[in-house]
Parts: sequence; structure tokens; C-alpha cells
Amino acid sequence: MSISRRTALKGLLTAGAVAATGGTARAALPPKRPDPEAVGLLYDSTQCIGCRACVTACRDANGLAPQPTSLRGAAYDAPTDLNAHTKTIIKLWNTGDAHGYVKTQCMHCVDPACVSVCMFSALHKTAGGIVAYDKDACIGCRYCQVACPFDVPKFEWASATPKIVKCELCRDRLAEGKEPACTAVCPRKAVIFGKRSDLLREAHHRIAASPDRYVPTVYGEHEAGGTQVLYLSSVSFAALGLPALGDQAIPYFTENLQHAIYQGFIAPVVLYGALAVVMFRNRKLTEESQEGQP
Amino acid sequence: MRAAELNGDARPVGGPIFTAGFNALLAIVGACGLVIVWRLFRGLGAVSAMNDGYPWGIWIAYDVVSGTALACGGYAVALLCYVLNKGQYHSLVRPAVLTSALGYSLAGFAVLLDLGRYWNIWKAPFLLNWNRNSILLEVALCISAYTVVLWIEISPAFIERWRDSTSPLLRGIAERLTPFLNRTLLWFMALGILLPTMHHSSLGALMLIGVSKLHQLWFTPLLPLMFVVSCIAMGYAVVVFEATVSARLFKRPHEHKMLTSLSGVMVGVLTTLVGMRLVDLISRQRIGLAFTPDRYALFFWLEMAAFITPAILLAPKDWRRDPGIQFLSALMMMVAGTLYRFDVFLVGFNPGPQFSYFPSAFETLVTLGLIAVEVAAYLAIVKRFPILSGAPVAAGPPGLVSGLRAAS
Amino acid sequence: MLAPVSFDSPASQSRRDFVRLCTLAAAAVGLGPLAAERFLEAAARGAKPSVIWLQFQECTGCTESLLRTTHPAVDDLILDLISLDYHETLFAAAGHQAEAALKQAMKANAGKYVCVVEGAIPTKENGIYCMIGGRTAIEIINDVAGQAGAVIAIGSCASWGGVPSADPNPTGAVGAHEILKGKTVVNIPGCPANPYNFLGTVLQYATFGTLPALDAQNRPKFAYGQTVHEHCSRRAHFDAGRFAEKYGDEGHRNGYCLYKLGCKGPVTHASCSVQHFSEVVGAWPIGIGHPCVGCTEQKIAFRVPMHTTVEIERPAPPDTYPAVQPPESHISPLATGVAGAVLGALAGAGYVASRKLSTTDDLIPTPSAGAKDDRHVDQ
Repeated sequence: MSISRRTALKGLLTAGAVAATGGTARAALPPKRPDPEAVGLLYDSTQCIGCRACVTACRDANGLAPQPTSLRGAAYDAPTDLNAHTKTIIKLWNTGDAHGYVKTQCMHCVDPACVSVCMFSALHKTAGGIVAYDKDACIGCRYCQVACPFDVPKFEWASATPKIVKCELCRDRLAEGKEPACTAVCPRKAVIFGKRSDLLREAHHRIAASPDRYVPTVYGEHEAGGTQVLYLSSVSFAALGLPALGDQAIPYFTENLQHAIYQGFIAPVVLYGALAVVMFRNRKLTEESQEGQP
Repeated sequence: MRAAELNGDARPVGGPIFTAGFNALLAIVGACGLVIVWRLFRGLGAVSAMNDGYPWGIWIAYDVVSGTALACGGYAVALLCYVLNKGQYHSLVRPAVLTSALGYSLAGFAVLLDLGRYWNIWKAPFLLNWNRNSILLEVALCISAYTVVLWIEISPAFIERWRDSTSPLLRGIAERLTPFLNRTLLWFMALGILLPTMHHSSLGALMLIGVSKLHQLWFTPLLPLMFVVSCIAMGYAVVVFEATVSARLFKRPHEHKMLTSLSGVMVGVLTTLVGMRLVDLISRQRIGLAFTPDRYALFFWLEMAAFITPAILLAPKDWRRDPGIQFLSALMMMVAGTLYRFDVFLVGFNPGPQFSYFPSAFETLVTLGLIAVEVAAYLAIVKRFPILSGAPVAAGPPGLVSGLRAAS
Repeated sequence: MLAPVSFDSPASQSRRDFVRLCTLAAAAVGLGPLAAERFLEAAARGAKPSVIWLQFQECTGCTESLLRTTHPAVDDLILDLISLDYHETLFAAAGHQAEAALKQAMKANAGKYVCVVEGAIPTKENGIYCMIGGRTAIEIINDVAGQAGAVIAIGSCASWGGVPSADPNPTGAVGAHEILKGKTVVNIPGCPANPYNFLGTVLQYATFGTLPALDAQNRPKFAYGQTVHEHCSRRAHFDAGRFAEKYGDEGHRNGYCLYKLGCKGPVTHASCSVQHFSEVVGAWPIGIGHPCVGCTEQKIAFRVPMHTTVEIERPAPPDTYPAVQPPESHISPLATGVAGAVLGALAGAGYVASRKLSTTDDLIPTPSAGAKDDRHVDQ
């Protein structure tokens, strides 16, 4: 009896070994590089005056209804966070010594977690590296919300036919040759639109020109594998509410794991074969031993 | 081992289906149905407490993630029975597979309910935009496939019944399927072990995307392995639980010897699991977090206690033989595995201080309703189809769940 | 110079008009109705402040602005409220006659009169770029202001140089306080200055002998304590993000916010948005569609380009914005309690069930167990 058990274990171990080597023999996936044509935003919080013109312009451009709820009772339009009707918002940062504003919207990551997890690529990278949404491919599983480290995708909880709502960098306006509504309307040019490479150069240029005005790094240059929305600030980015995420893209680990295990579907097939062999052998042994009995 | 012989001595329990207890379950199902209708017309926000920070609530954490783990009886027993060739557990296979088939089907239904745009799912097989990086896609395909496999695995029970049916249609189906099943059942059995291994590891891997959101006590590259091992433990626990309750409920023989040795297996699985958990925390230098006075540490220790206690209770051979301790340990193990999954999906998941989640009453009602469907379907099926082995005990013993039995 | 006003005289203003005038002036200073009574009493006593008005590098805009004030009208002003003893623009006298009047006025009210300076003072080449009666502006101001009870610099030029001091400042123009070191000079900047701010300051001095509270740049706080932006009539458009993009566009015609055209309102401290000019509603730059140029700010007007936008100055964080660090949300204690109770009940039920099993189950025979085991492979 112990023979069949040993065989079983041997078979499984072989399958496991194949699965393991299948994973480790391959080099890890290279980190994704930004598309040279990638577009994005550069937001300079030292320039922002908190006028919320971008919030209003975003509503107009995307046909979103005002949110008359605020921290202090009703106001005409005062959402407290990104939500199913708000794709960008101005928040207040306050370090005690200083205060200012920060704009929040989709970061359009170079290697976005939401795109990596989306089952049917309803969220996908489109021209210019924009993270775009296709409601016809979305089944509403909300894994994107779980995955996004910036809590950006929002869900229409109150709707029977809900969609995911997030900034798509006004891609319909871009197609018409216009710039995004928020950058078009910004009275201080605190948020500007352009190619990511140009914006990055501009950001470093601004830091070099006024080293006293800025912390010497650009948020989004490396964070989470790089984002296409870049931030400049006079205080730490943590004070602006931007999470410390390290330089590795969020989906890097899981994608490597997934690729390692399911590369060419070899490991599952081998494991399946081994299981079948063991089970057929077991059945044969059982039948033999049953026949041997009175 | 032919399909028809899979569990030769299994017999329908018989008796009326619509008992008082069954009707009570149907009442819960009815209430749940109303909530589901409300959800379909008014959206998820109308019935659930889910929000943008906690987009997955108990429908995912319990109905799907814990539910499929609790439905691992079929997987765990099949592993023991067919791969490790422990034939003596054979009589446990059918009830375990039935529980699994019901559990997985309801998990699938819960997913449909939870999906915001469920009507788009029909496109999935036809569209080519499958994202092969998506772990959730793998989980979805795997769970769907496994549900089908489970129903195929349990189909001999139905065929046995239909062979004797008066309906020519059912008899025809049964006669046509028998040779097919005889030829292929083992292949499906093998699939029935491969698929849960794949998707339970992937259910754990789901939360590895929460790099910045999942608490470090739970965020570990070993999550997939932990989920597989813990679902096996839960699978055995459910088998013990279900065998004990069925024996009592239907006045059937208590598979005492088998459950005792199964409990011995559980000690091994639990020790492995707790060992892995601690070694992982120590090697990642995160063990200090378990001693920080916060809710994360509290839930960590609750979870650890729920895993360790049954291992200790079942370790001495004398205790292990006690059906009361077997039952209690099985319960604790089910709780432990469920708590572990709640910790990974809800308690340890922190999207930011502005968000909080506690399941709403309607949400809980839906979960209870799905459990009620499962229990009711189980009761109805074992009464009409050959699932449980052995003849009823002539003289019913006093004791456990007498009330329940009376109700059934 | 003139006889005290007599309210009985049919030729004079009626008493009621005068009360209204004083109330207006008092309100402008922010002193309340009681002060208006005091103005009235002081004016009735004939204790009108003697004012000596000096003009240097200036455009006379501040004077013009004062003269176009209809409440009080110019005649009320110079006849009833103050005793304007020297003012080159308004004087009928000229030449030596005028110089004599100045000397006479200074002598009559020495140490009590109010010296008003309009226009910047050139300092290059010993101040030769502005000379009156053979004396440089520097000499005149030192002489007149030296014996004054109070010195008021009206307009941006007198306050800190204004237009004449704009880059490259060929004459070395400076404000009055630069010359009068050590003396308190009340600055009433503006281009032109709003006459009410001037009037209020003068009346307070005349009535109470005191000067209004001043800010760090010696501007009266009652008039320069808030920014134009705070009470701007176009503020609602700013808050809603509606901006005029260029002159004459639809936004401009609809009265949208002028911030994008370079409005300096958000950093300019002045009362313009609540105290319009010449009592004509809407008669102030923003009211007629031109962005504020920041004329009351030393560092802005004539120094920052007219169409450059400015940072918004807020002394304290506003509370109408959501914070980056939001307040922590909590699960209600009730929900936690209910969940705890349910779980506790379940745990208890499980335990009781297991106890029952332990005490009874050992007695149960398992009749089929043996038979089954036979059929399966023995381990």
C-alpha cells in the first residue's frame, strides 16, 4: 500500500519541481518603461491658488453633476473626495506652518495596477499611455478599486447600471485637438498638459531655477514605476497626501508570479498529468487488491 | 471503480422534504430574494455598505472567498482518497462533493450578484480581450470550470436515481451518460484536484496587488500557499462537521473511526499552516506588528488562536476520539479559515482612514439567504438521491440537535 | 479761512444733510454713529481741522478724486468739514500770495494742522526735479510736515513713490515717509486714493486727536485690513471657476472673474470692493471690467506686470476645502456590539453542541463501519 502512496508523492513532487523550474528558469519580466509618446499632467502645488476652476471645468467637460454636499453642510458644489461624480478635486494640505492646495485625479501610471487586474481590459492603456475605460467590457467587479494605490477609480454605487468613473485625461477633447479641460481653464497654469518627457524636463527646470521653492524631487518620476501625472511641491509629498510607494510598479510582483506559474500553461498541465497518472494507478491497485480479497 | 459503484452503499435518506425547518429556510431565502430584486433595481449602494474604499464586502469575503474554501470538502477528501489512496474515506466523498458543488454554485451566484455590470459577462467567452495578467480572470475561469466538474463528479448520484425513474427522458439521460462517465470520471476527478489548487492559491494572490493597502501581518508572497493549505484544513473540518450533523439529523451511523483519523490529518495540516505563518512573519521581520496594541494584532491573535486551539485539542489520541471535541475543533477550524480570509480581505485591508466598512443588514441577509439555499438544497438532495452511506440507526440516540432533527 | 458753518443760515446745508454727511464719513472710518455725533459737535464748535495740502510729483488724480466725491460734495468738504488752508489746485491765489498763505496757515495752526502730501518726492541731484517757489520738494516737506500735528500721504506716489518711482526711477522718487524719518506718516495709498479713507482719517484726528490703527505699512486698518478679493462682487465667479479669458470675450461681457486677466485683487489690501468711488455703484476698476492693478500695494502696482496673475494670500487655512488627511471614520459601536453578540451566541451554541456530542456519542454503535472497512484496502 505504501508503494502507491510513494508513487503519488513522487509524481506530485515531480510536477511541483517542473512548476518551480518553469517559474525560475525564466528571467523576471522587465519593468515597463513609459511610452515615449506618453502624455500627462504636471501639477505645481506652489502655483495653485485653490480656485477649483479645474473641478468645475472637469464637470462641464465630462457631464458630471455638481455635488452639493460638503464638510460643513450644503454648498453648491463641494465634494469631499473623488467620487462617482467627481473626477478631480482640490484638497487642502496643512502642515501647521504652511498650507496650500493639492489637485487629485487619476495618476495615469506607466504600469497601472488597475489595468493589470482588469479581467477583460475594460481599463486599458490607450494612445499616449492614457488609462482609459470601456464600459462595454466592464463587468463591474471593482478589482480596480482594490488594486489602485491612489484610490482613484470610483463606482456608481447608487446606479442599477453602474460604471467605473475616473479621469481619462479628457481623451475625447484630445482627439479634437484640445487640451484637457482642467489644464485649459487653470488660471495660474498650476496644472499643465504635455508629453511626459517634456513635463519632466520642465519640472526639473523649475526645481533648478528656484531650489528654495521646491522639494528637490518630482513625484511620479519613479513612484510606483512612474506615473504620467507629475507633482511639484514645497513640502513633503506625504503632506500633500501622496502615498510613499517605492519605485516598483504595483503589479510588478503579481504579474511576475502569475507569469511564473502559468507561463505557457506548462505547470498546470504537468500537474494535471501527474495527478491523472497517480489516480489511475491508484484505481488499478485498488481493483487488484479487491479482486485478491474474498 | 465504476461510476455507478462510486459509493455503492449510498442510499437516499427519504422522508418528507417540506418540513418545518425546511420551510423556515425557505422563508429566509424569500427575504433574501426580495433584497436581490431591490439590488437589481436600485444598485449595490441601496442594499450594501460597500463603498469606494471597501469595494469588496462580505459577498466576496464570505460568500466567494470563504464560501469556496468551506466548500473544499470535496477537494480535501478527493485528495486524500484518490491521490494519497486512502480508500477508507470513500463514503465521505459523495456528501463532501455535494456540499462542494452547492457551495461553489452559490459562490458563483454571489459573484453575479456582486458584479455591477453582470449583463456584460455573456460577452466574456466571445471577446478576445482577456487580460492574462488578471489573477481574478484566472479565479473566475477556474471556479466556473470547477463548479461544472463538481456537478459531473456528483452526477453518478443522480444517474443512479434516474436509472430507476419512471420518466423515459430521465432514464434515457441516465443510460446515455453512464458509459461516458465510466470512461471519463477519473479525468474529471483529477481536474477536481488541479482546479481548486489553482484557484485557491489565486484567491490568496488576489490581495497581493494591495501592496500599500494590505497590512503587513497578512501581506506576504506566501499568501497563495497559505490559502491552499488553509482551504484544505477547512475542507476536512467541513467534512467532519457535515458528517457529524448528518449522522445526527438523519439518524445515521456516525463514521467515528474515519472522522477520528481525519482529525489526525487536520493536526498535521494545522501545524504546517501555523508554522508557515510564524516563520514567514519572523523571516520578514514583521512579527513585531503582532505585539503592537491595535486591532490588526487583535485579529491576528484571534485568528492564530482559532488555528492553534483545534490543533492542540486534536493532538492527544484520547481527545481526538471524542466526537464532541472533533465537532468543536472542526467548528473552530472553519471559523479560523473564515477569519483568516476576512482578515486578508477586510480587516487587514486599509484603503485610508476616511473609509470604513461594516456589512449592512440587507447585505448580511443576502449572505444568510445563500447559506439557507445551500442547507435547504442539501437536505432535499440527500433525501431524494443516494448521497449518504449506511442504513439509518434503528434507535435514534438522544443528544445533539434533537430540535433540529425534529424540525427536519 | 472761512467762518464756522451756521445751521440757521438758509444758504448753508440743512442740518439733516450735514448729519448724513458726518455719518457717512464716520462709517467710512468704522467709528459708528456715536462718532458721527462727535464730528457734528466738533464741526459745530468750529473746530474744523486745518489742512495744508502739498503737491509734488503727482498727477492731481487724488485731488480730482476727492473733488468728485458727491457725499460730501466738494463745497461741503472744503467749507464745512475741513478747513483747507493751502491747496495749489484749488487756490485762487498764485505766486507770492500763495506762498504767504502757506506761511500764514502754518503759523496760525502750528503743531495742530494736518499736512497732506500728494505726490512723490524726487531725491536725485538734491531733489532739483521738483521745485516750488525756489525750494525743493525735500525742503518744503521737511518744513511743513515738521510743524504739523499729523502727516498724511495721500495716493501711492506719496506713500512709496508710485508712478514716478517706477523702474528706472529717473528722479529717485520716494514716498513721504522716506524723507520724514522718525515721524508717523499715515499712508492712504491708491491711484487715486479713495477719498473716504482720507476723510475718515482726517475727521478722526480732528475729533479725537488720534490717528486710526495702522498696519505694518502705516495704512489705516479700517480701510486696508482686507483684500479686494474678499468682498469682490465677482467673487462668486471666481469660486465657480468662471473667468474672463480676454477683454471683450463672452466671460468678460458676462461679468466673470478677472483673475486670469491679471487681477491683483487677491493680494491687494483695500476697501475698493465695498467702498466704491464717487458714490456711484460699480464705479471702481473691477466694477467696470478692469482687473485690479494692486495700486494700494507697494510691491505690486507699477512693479508687477499688469497681466501677471498672483498667488492668493490667505492668513489662515480656509475651511471650505476637504483636507488631505481626512477625519477617521469609525464603525459604529452598536454594529460592533451586535456582531460580537451574534458571534458569541454562535460560539456558545457550538460549544454546547460539542458537549452534548461528547457525553452521548460514545454510546452510539456504528453498525456499518466494519462492513465498509472490509471492502476497502487496508492500510
